[in-house]
Amino acid sequence: MSEEYVLQLQHIRKEYPGVVALKDVSLELKKGEILALIGENGAGKSTLIKTCSGAVIPTSGKIVVNGSEHTSMTPQLAAENGIAIIYQEFNNVAELSAAENLFLGRPIKKGFIIDKAAMEKEAAKAFERLHIKINPKSLMKNLTVGYQQMVEIAKAIQQDAKILIMDEPSAPLTSAEVESMFEVVERLREEGISIIYITHRLEEIYRLSDRIVVLRDGEYVKTLATKESHVEELIHLMVGRELTETYPPRKDCINKDEIVLELQDVCGNGDEDINLQVHKGEILGLGGLVGAGRTELAHLVFGAARKKSGKMILDGKEINPKSPRDAIDLGIALVPEDRKRHGAMLGVSIKNNINMAVYERNSTLSVIDAKKEKKIANKYKDELAIKTPTLEQLVKNLSGGNQQKVILARWLAANSELVIFDEPTRGIDVGAKYEIYKLMNHLIEEEGKTILLISSEMEELMGMSDRIVVLAEGRVTGELDKSEFEQDKIMAFASAAGKEG
Amino acid sequence: MKEKVVYQLKDKAIWVVFIFLFVAFTIANTRFITPNNIITMVRQVSMYGIASIGMTFVILLGGIDLATGSIITFVNIICAYFMVHSGMNMYVAILLSLVLATLIGALNGFMVSTVGMPALIATFATQTIFKGLAYIISGGTPINGFTVDFKIIGQGYIGPIPVPVIIMVICFALGSFILNKTYFGRYFYAVGGNEEAAKLSGIRVGRVKYLVYSLSGLFAGLAGIVMLSRTNSAQATAGDGYEFDVITCVVLGGVSVTGGYGKLSNVVAGVLIIGALTNGMVLMNVSSYVQLVVKGLVLAFAVGFDCIQKKRQTT
Repeated sequence: MSEEYVLQLQHIRKEYPGVVALKDVSLELKKGEILALIGENGAGKSTLIKTCSGAVIPTSGKIVVNGSEHTSMTPQLAAENGIAIIYQEFNNVAELSAAENLFLGRPIKKGFIIDKAAMEKEAAKAFERLHIKINPKSLMKNLTVGYQQMVEIAKAIQQDAKILIMDEPSAPLTSAEVESMFEVVERLREEGISIIYITHRLEEIYRLSDRIVVLRDGEYVKTLATKESHVEELIHLMVGRELTETYPPRKDCINKDEIVLELQDVCGNGDEDINLQVHKGEILGLGGLVGAGRTELAHLVFGAARKKSGKMILDGKEINPKSPRDAIDLGIALVPEDRKRHGAMLGVSIKNNINMAVYERNSTLSVIDAKKEKKIANKYKDELAIKTPTLEQLVKNLSGGNQQKVILARWLAANSELVIFDEPTRGIDVGAKYEIYKLMNHLIEEEGKTILLISSEMEELMGMSDRIVVLAEGRVTGELDKSEFEQDKIMAFASAAGKEG
Repeated sequence: MKEKVVYQLKDKAIWVVFIFLFVAFTIANTRFITPNNIITMVRQVSMYGIASIGMTFVILLGGIDLATGSIITFVNIICAYFMVHSGMNMYVAILLSLVLATLIGALNGFMVSTVGMPALIATFATQTIFKGLAYIISGGTPINGFTVDFKIIGQGYIGPIPVPVIIMVICFALGSFILNKTYFGRYFYAVGGNEEAAKLSGIRVGRVKYLVYSLSGLFAGLAGIVMLSRTNSAQATAGDGYEFDVITCVVLGGVSVTGGYGKLSNVVAGVLIIGALTNGMVLMNVSSYVQLVVKGLVLAFAVGFDCIQKKRQTT
């Protein structure tokens, strides 16, 4: 068996405090094949490949490379065994030449002096082997993203890599660049190099791969021969989990005649020609993969980024928020995705965090109305059941769920008509999740608000939304009514854009 | 409960240091504790105190203001020039000088916020420019000959208390009011703690920066006026290196150099420690060179302490 496979991952398990990232995942890579590794966001693809490079130490399981067994890898061991990973972010130095980048960290030397000519000669050879035309002398910063990636690949090959792992290599490339990357990858396969190819784009799998491994929620699902599989089957395997979680029921408060927010051909911040409508009393779900342009769209509406063209209409009036302040004053709130970076002010008290968006409203001549400040903080502390002995507690001392509640409280205090939730339950426990869902229902039922919900969790998206608009690569690719909700359909829309663009 | 005690103690640690220092100097030299010396000491630090309020705001915001000393010098020269050479009314001259100081601060705000320059370089440039301008205006020679009324600001007493000390106390009260009672104060902490989140909470970060640097200019200008009145002579070297003493006071007072955390009440302790240290060392005939070494060490320890605490929190 070990003769047939160059790399075997056996029963890999990886636990982080409180989370199991990988549960008993096995994978086998044959010599000279392209193995596609697919799965939704958070399926565990990246964690799995990092166990091969030594960046992640598995909790249990075995890694068999070229017949020898290891319980974990180290970067040196990976290099010795000819394993190389091409990450999405390149590790290059912009101000150095292609040749120097190729030999970064292990320059060819003549005594103490770096032998540039020799490096350039070797680099030229490596590029030629891949049939790519890069001048070894040109500076990295002057190369296109596609060529920069080629330098990374050449570097791996030059270091005698036998196993090449590529993490979504097509994501940063233009379609012409993707084509030449494919050619290089196929050439490497002919040379007997084994490749693990991670991608979201299903059509690439059929173009390149020999076999497919599907992961879902950190678990191994199935291995398929590419020729015998079809797209619908793959989508179903990726998303085909049982829908177990229940969501609190919500009264129908939708008023189809009243459009709260309408976007007409909105472009900017990486999004193109976005058209959508959000009705009064509705939760509109925005589906799609990470990087599909949903957060970017939220930032456009919230004034955190400027649109290039198109119209945004709030309650029948065209709006052009220039800053989040403008948006807040117009009645828009954004509960941001990255709690630590964009939401909580960790070194500031709970009371101040909750009041942060409404201070200017509740001040006379810039002097804060302390009573009102305290009242607001207390009100939301009780309503959201924020667990803390005192409102003076700094937010950094709270748990993730409670931090999220504080941020929610800030936006509830702002009393906005349209609330955008960007991944509202990421990284918080089940109990707190349910409370947040109930809170969203409360906003709709009791307070007459409207919600735009961005979520990468398929269940949450389907469980909470009245309607779902799916984005892919900055464009709207589909829209589904509640009656049409199906994981497979959403996933198909979410991975659709590659075909057209 | 225990946590709360530890927290309280940590928060007030700087006052413990102050008392310790005070006792040590008292033991070392009996003249230290005399009412006369105490009043002298507090009067000596009043200029640091006034300037430290603006600096506290700037550092809370995660910035730095190296122009403080230069603004003090410039205000010295320009106010003296207005009064002596332009024959201006004293109050008009003071007011005009303070407006100019505030505008210099606003210039820093412009460079940091609108242009996006690093605060260190932007305020360093301002420092150099206005130092040069002070020399140009004064021609390098001192300006003397102010009215008796003007001397009251720096040399007068109300009862037993020197006027500069009263001005300092008023300034601290004002600073504390801005920091704790107005929303601007909340914004300083928010922007210093997490600029991106502050922006997304609707805080107009640019305006906050303008305000803070302008206030820093204003307080430095006020310190400059007090100094001019106290020395009774405008020198083009008056405020040289002042910013470093002021920064030391603020950082010693526990204001985090990376912004977002700190209390003005503790900055008062920082100011008093620097005052006691300088005064005590002079009484003990410590040479001014050694004093420099000590002050440098104090700055290093204060920042080091802050950084070690940060490290502990993250790991």
